Amino acid sequence: MIQALTLLFACQLTGEILVRAAGIPFPGPVLGMGLIFALLLVRGRSAPALDTAADTLLQNLSLLFVPAAVGVVQQAGLVAANWVAIASALIVSTILTLVVSVYTFRAVARMVERRAAGGQA
Amino acid sequence: MSGPGDFYRIWVYLSQTPLLWLSATLFAYAVGDAVSLRLRRHPLANPVMIAAGLLILLLTSTGTSYQTYFEGAQFVHFLLGPATVALGLPLWRNRLAVRRNSLPMIAALLAGSLTAIGSAVAIAWVLGAPPPILASLPAKSVTAPIAMALTETIGGIPALAAVLVVLTGIFGAVIVTPLMNLLGIRDFAARGFAAGIASHGLGTARAFQVSEEAGTFAGIAMGLNGALTALIFALLALAI
Repeated sequence: MIQALTLLFACQLTGEILVRAAGIPFPGPVLGMGLIFALLLVRGRSAPALDTAADTLLQNLSLLFVPAAVGVVQQAGLVAANWVAIASALIVSTILTLVVSVYTFRAVARMVERRAAGGQA
Repeated sequence: MSGPGDFYRIWVYLSQTPLLWLSATLFAYAVGDAVSLRLRRHPLANPVMIAAGLLILLLTSTGTSYQTYFEGAQFVHFLLGPATVALGLPLWRNRLAVRRNSLPMIAALLAGSLTAIGSAVAIAWVLGAPPPILASLPAKSVTAPIAMALTETIGGIPALAAVLVVLTGIFGAVIVTPLMNLLGIRDFAARGFAAGIASHGLGTARAFQVSEEAGTFAGIAMGLNGALTALIFALLALAI
């Protein structure tokens, strides 16, 4: 368990160091996510302890952003003054994203299937 | 022995230690989670919104500042970093599904991610939202830990981003099934993938309720969209 947590922290730390050293505006933990993915890809298998540590964190992911969400109390005035713009952006953009994503996925999948069928014929 | 004076002294002591607000955060989340479970995980009964609402009520009614609260809550907040790293594991577990469907996934991911970012900012800009809000909107479809980190890099308000992310997730989770039925789409891989791009973890949780296949593809989309959005942000920041 401790080794697994250490690995997660080490990936985050390496990510932070690389991002700062390179001076690129990229979140260290996200690079850490790429690092652990690459590590697993090279090693070819995970470890039970790593699975447990990662799953425990991810099963309780919602809890982890409660402190940040409470922080919106400091922006209450800003949100209240712009709620129409915010609500419109969230609602319209979410519907658009769903529609664009699903149609693109289907269109390209059909293209791939047709090409595969053509190749067999 | 015990009177209002004693209670006040205990309160003064506790309100200055991290223990009180750390406990309050965990307790509020336990309440939110219990309510969500009782309502059979309905997307509208979101544990984060319930917990944050309870805590905001508690802070305002006791006159506690957010800074004091955060001294306790920071221990929970800190775990966002390793949790983000942990998102790499489900992505790795699903690598075979990704390889089999790589072309539709890459195309949908690019189109969906750019739509999510562009349309949110464009709509809010047209409706006159000020820069701090515009900078807090583009990461709204990405899972909260990544969204908050990204929002910070472009000068937005991470706390606002966290709330926008959760609201987007709730709305996406509520709308995805009726919308996809309306569009007549029966490919559950495509439906789940779209849900994961548009509404991250909450869309993924909803997709798993509908079908195992949809849930798996939603989880993959959530992870990939986090990575791609981070890349788009970095490229935009370097270009500007």
